[in-house]
Amino acid sequence: MVMPFKPVILWTDALIYLLLAVSIAYGIYAARHEHLRAPWRQVRRNPLAMAALIVLAAYILTGLADSIHFRMRLNGPQTGVQGPIYSPQVLSALDLLCAPLRTHVEQTYSAPFALYAFTPQMVRLPDGSHVLEYPRLRYGGAGLKVPGDRARDITVRCLRAGAESLLLWAAIVGAVVAWCVRQPPESLRSALTRLARGETDTPWRAMLASLGAVILFIAAVANLGGAYHILGTDQVGQDVLFEAIKSIRTGLLIGTLTTLVMLPFALAMGVMAGYFGGWVDDLVQYIYTTLSSIPSVLLIVAGVLSLDLYMANHAAAYDNIAQRQDVRLLSLCVILGVTSWTGLCRLLRGETMKLRNMDYIQAAVALGVRSRRIMTRHIIPNVMHIVLIYVVLNFSGLVLAEAVLSYVGVGVDPSMNSWGNMINGARLEMARDPVVWWSLAAAFLFMFTLVLAANLFADAVRDAFDPRMRK
Amino acid sequence: MIAYIIRRIMYAIPILIGVNLLTFVLFFLVNTPNDMARFHLGMKRVTPQAIAEWKAEHGYDEPLFYNSAASGVGTLTHTIFFQRSVKLFVFDFGQSDDGRDIGYDISQRMWPSLSIQLPTFVVGLVVYISMALMMVFFRGTYLDTGGVVLAVVMMSISMLFYVIGGQYLFSKVLRLVPISGYDTGLSAIKFVILPITVGVISGVGSGVRLYRTFFLEESGKDYVRTARAKGLSEIRVLFSHVLKNAMIPILTGVVVVIPSLFIGSLILESFFGIPGLGSYTIDAIRSQDFGIVHAMVFLGSVLYIVGLILTDISYTLVDPRVRLR
Repeated sequence: MVMPFKPVILWTDALIYLLLAVSIAYGIYAARHEHLRAPWRQVRRNPLAMAALIVLAAYILTGLADSIHFRMRLNGPQTGVQGPIYSPQVLSALDLLCAPLRTHVEQTYSAPFALYAFTPQMVRLPDGSHVLEYPRLRYGGAGLKVPGDRARDITVRCLRAGAESLLLWAAIVGAVVAWCVRQPPESLRSALTRLARGETDTPWRAMLASLGAVILFIAAVANLGGAYHILGTDQVGQDVLFEAIKSIRTGLLIGTLTTLVMLPFALAMGVMAGYFGGWVDDLVQYIYTTLSSIPSVLLIVAGVLSLDLYMANHAAAYDNIAQRQDVRLLSLCVILGVTSWTGLCRLLRGETMKLRNMDYIQAAVALGVRSRRIMTRHIIPNVMHIVLIYVVLNFSGLVLAEAVLSYVGVGVDPSMNSWGNMINGARLEMARDPVVWWSLAAAFLFMFTLVLAANLFADAVRDAFDPRMRK
Repeated sequence: MIAYIIRRIMYAIPILIGVNLLTFVLFFLVNTPNDMARFHLGMKRVTPQAIAEWKAEHGYDEPLFYNSAASGVGTLTHTIFFQRSVKLFVFDFGQSDDGRDIGYDISQRMWPSLSIQLPTFVVGLVVYISMALMMVFFRGTYLDTGGVVLAVVMMSISMLFYVIGGQYLFSKVLRLVPISGYDTGLSAIKFVILPITVGVISGVGSGVRLYRTFFLEESGKDYVRTARAKGLSEIRVLFSHVLKNAMIPILTGVVVVIPSLFIGSLILESFFGIPGLGSYTIDAIRSQDFGIVHAMVFLGSVLYIVGLILTDISYTLVDPRVRLR
């Protein structure tokens, strides 16, 4: 039995699985401890945060689907090679899900929902003369018999998308109502009224509204994406919507992995500096003052610049494009992490110094518990709320930073799908006449939604976990 | 206080050495000077002689940290590290890869940077603080809630969109100001006005939100209640009590960046074609010029440390309880 594909695990994939495992472990741990459950319950009661969480979940699922990589088996005559041959192209599960979007590649620019190319081309007529005309797109509206049918076709597809999403949404609403009726038992009527008025303990109304929007969006893409280019195509004819969706993984990775790679250092150094004091404290303080005194953009620039040089000089090791993009992305995360861990380290040091003088730590010291055990058992669990707040507050800033860095030329690999690269390309497109606006609009839409959702959620988490905010 | 400042300056020296060492290691840990030369000369078919010439010309022909060929102090001074880093302490920045004096370039390009950054900073501060004060004045009303929502929305938009949108609207559609460029003297105004506006607007979200929390924290305190109980008007309370006492948290974030205004903004300058230090750095990045990047990193750290010292001094100015010893 030969597998139809061969799994490929990139470095970032492995780290994102690790992050997923850590989050799940944290979830289980938090569910069992009342002092962690209480703040999360407060987050759960916040309608805005929960609505944002639904949107975030949609992004995260897309990113995860895009992190399952493999190489398809090539069918065809195998000459002289033992065993199956796999395509050199690395695909992800998301690529398969969005296959129509990925494969419908036009010649060059085309506007959203266009039937004809955006730029005129020389076409050779049967009698030998040439004429400049806008060629018909290969895939955009390919199913139409007459171009005039477009408006009707789009309306029909929109209605179908609306109907499908309404059905699915209604089913989910039904399930939620059934749940509400059961615990604690109440009449269907009062459950419905409470839901509609937004009076339920868990803000189901807000969650269902944002879930409805997400479902509607997905249904619209599923119904329209195959037949038209919803957000047009870019210079090389690639579907812009597909690019924007593929960029989700990049944005999420930058936002999360950066924190993940710096976390061990920040935790170890911050806690040790605060706990031991003396020369350890001096050394750690020296390190983070030095790092934070360098303007972070310049440090990132210096790091990426030397990485570029290294990769240019060792080009042979990075011939596979997916691998090169991956190494570049990971090093960007590391470099960003190096510049951003200092803030966390400083906070952890301060908090540890405060805990150090608490009675329960003094008692542990008096009982002869070893320093390492005090730090891991008694201090680190009690500073984790700072880590959590820092991680969620930092996320949106990092997503925004990726765009700026890619624009400056020190971001992700230029061939990688990322919102920064899309915006960078859009600079020249905005100077064209008529303006090619859809790449920029797509990047804006996707990035703004993610960052806004992350900001709203982060605010709720901070309010719930920051002791100073607790009233 | 003088003793305190001198001590802080002394503390800065090991930090700056650390900065230099770090930049240096970052560049030469993975790339030898030979790699750099090959990169600049083109990757293929480079003779060892050409590499040696390039290194000699740009001062990379000596050992990195320790020169065993020289004698005495020379073992340490005749090295790339000494030549490239220690000279920075006397602000001798050396030459860039295309043979220009970096120190001269910096002194020339500082002013365009400042002409953008200083107005952005001042106008931004005034706008954010007055908007935040207004929201605190109307706290609990729809104006306040709407303001907070707007602030979150605005801080979720990347600065790049503000730049592109501003250029499109004001330069391309309305044709009020040129898209990019710079001029000397008073005629620079029409070039700098758009970058300044964009710079201020892009910071509104986070700025207003931050200052609002500062003011809200102060306005819940007892002395504010006392002031209200005395019968002071709300405006009076806000301006002469809340604002004054919120100065400490505000200064913490604000004074640090004042010296760094010289460095300029990478994004604004490169988008608007301002020949300042920000675009200087970007150009250096694009041409992989280590000398310039190194000099800018050093300068940035120096200005940051100056900012920290200034912050401490400013505390004594706004809060008589603070004494520097």
